[in-house]
Amino acid sequence: MQPTQNNNAGKLAALLGVKTRFQVNGALWGYVFALPWIIGLIVFWLGPIFASLYFSFTEYDIISDPKWVGTANYVKAFTTDSQFWPSLGKTFYFTALFVPTTIVGSLMLAMLLNQKLRGTNIFRTLFFIPHLVPAVAIAVVWLYLMHPRLGPINDFLRAIGIEDPPRWLGSSDTALESVTLINVWAALGGNNMLIFLAALQGVPQDFYEAAEIDGANTSQKFWKITLPLISPSVFFVLILTIIAALKVFTTAMIAPQTPGGPSYATWFILVHIYHEAFLYLRMGYGSALSWVLAVILIVFTIIQNVTAKRWVYYENE
Amino acid sequence: MRMSSKRTFNPARLTRDVVLYAILMVLVVVFGFPLLWTLSASLKTIPEFAEYPPKLFPISPQWINYWTVLNTPRVPVLTWLLNSSLVVVLTTIGTTLTSALVAYSFARFNYRGRDFLFFITLATMTLPAQVTLIPQFILFFKMGMMNTLYPLWVPAWFGGGAFGIFMLRQFFKSIPRDLDEAALIDGAGYPRIFWSILLPLLGPALATLAIITFIASWGDFQNPLLYLNSPDKFTVSIGLQFFNNAPEVGGVPMRHLLMAACVMSMIPTVAIFFIGQRYFVQGVVMSGLKG
Repeated sequence: MQPTQNNNAGKLAALLGVKTRFQVNGALWGYVFALPWIIGLIVFWLGPIFASLYFSFTEYDIISDPKWVGTANYVKAFTTDSQFWPSLGKTFYFTALFVPTTIVGSLMLAMLLNQKLRGTNIFRTLFFIPHLVPAVAIAVVWLYLMHPRLGPINDFLRAIGIEDPPRWLGSSDTALESVTLINVWAALGGNNMLIFLAALQGVPQDFYEAAEIDGANTSQKFWKITLPLISPSVFFVLILTIIAALKVFTTAMIAPQTPGGPSYATWFILVHIYHEAFLYLRMGYGSALSWVLAVILIVFTIIQNVTAKRWVYYENE
Repeated sequence: MRMSSKRTFNPARLTRDVVLYAILMVLVVVFGFPLLWTLSASLKTIPEFAEYPPKLFPISPQWINYWTVLNTPRVPVLTWLLNSSLVVVLTTIGTTLTSALVAYSFARFNYRGRDFLFFITLATMTLPAQVTLIPQFILFFKMGMMNTLYPLWVPAWFGGGAFGIFMLRQFFKSIPRDLDEAALIDGAGYPRIFWSILLPLLGPALATLAIITFIASWGDFQNPLLYLNSPDKFTVSIGLQFFNNAPEVGGVPMRHLLMAACVMSMIPTVAIFFIGQRYFVQGVVMSGLKG
């Protein structure tokens, strides 16, 4: 009896990758504590990822069963969907406007706050507040601020002599730029600025002192000391900001008169996916579009990780 | 602050400071004006709201607007605030509690598959959550949870997400193991070690995670947009969108009340930020530096 029992216990231990009975007990508790996440991973991550890959090859309206259509959804996106390429184009255009502006802007804010002036904490908090406001409230408020006839922004522009101020969100010529402006305002003093500020505070002060002795000017100190030393943070922020920009959604859904409008001016890829999948209940086509977006996001992450080695300075290496 | 008392008079430095403060003041207007304008608009009467030129400060602030907006049946702002509060509280507790449990498991136990599981956990951080949106929607649809608050908070109770798990795991690893072992020898079980010994030590990290979760959950628009469709079930974000699409309730313009609702939607997150600013900044910075 005894040997069999030992044998079973031994099998269990080997199965769990441990040796003693005490360790078996620990391993079992380890599984118990990880259980919520194991279930969560399967139900909310891995399952959905594979499911959406499958749905992307089907026609599925959620009520009747999915019907296999092969690559038809992808073919439709790339060839016949008149809004697919424009929506990607607008998303990239938004990203190209938003990312450099936010990164340069929040780095400049962080450098300003790093000058050890009195009241820095108060300014930092004030700049951060837009980041705490729900995105919908931001969009609603800016919709009124930017109102072509009644908004305070155009009141101000007329007061300083601009006869014909822009129609902002009201015109398809300026709506995308207006949405960008709103997003920049909300993001400038947010997490990016805090990360930059912490990185700047981590630059050793004696580097600057040594550079000053050698006669370096402010711009040399920035390009030769500050920027290389904070480049890991810049890199991290860059990835996060690009990914966030490609997912632009809420402002475009709320601020213009019609979601994604006027006349498709702010019809970004996520706005397109939302309409296809959740308003027209084309779950299969929506999944295919989601995967196109996902691949774009993954490609960006890979490109950045590969190129990072060339320009990011890691102290430990 | 520290340096100012010792600072000697230096004209170059003074000029520089004056210029920097001037820039800061411009930025204060850029960031502060939209917020101040919202507050001001929320305290106006409707004629004042449309008045030109607009006054930044209404002559007699209409605080009653806040009372009115909470008691307008067509736009049940109070219900939205309560729904949001419920979702946010359940999401925050679920995320902090279950991600701490999982982090404890990853940091302190040896078992087969642990490292693989942790690798997948990290992978979910780089995979775009977008592709999970449609299947999750179908899942909750099939479970009959449309137009309920469940889809908004239930997922948080299953580990909360990779970010929290990863962050708390780092913290668990910084707590000396001797502590657990001493408790184990004294006869405490693992749940008790987790709950009574390690969790209290994790206080600041839990606060950080809780604040980040709170702010993200309160501002969430995408999920409520997918799952909720009747005004009595709305959270604040989706409710504001609804209100914004119909600012003339029963033919009466209520734009000033919309602004009051916007102000109220900002209060909880701003308040939480002020209470826990230290933890919040720490958390953001940590996520940025250790990535």
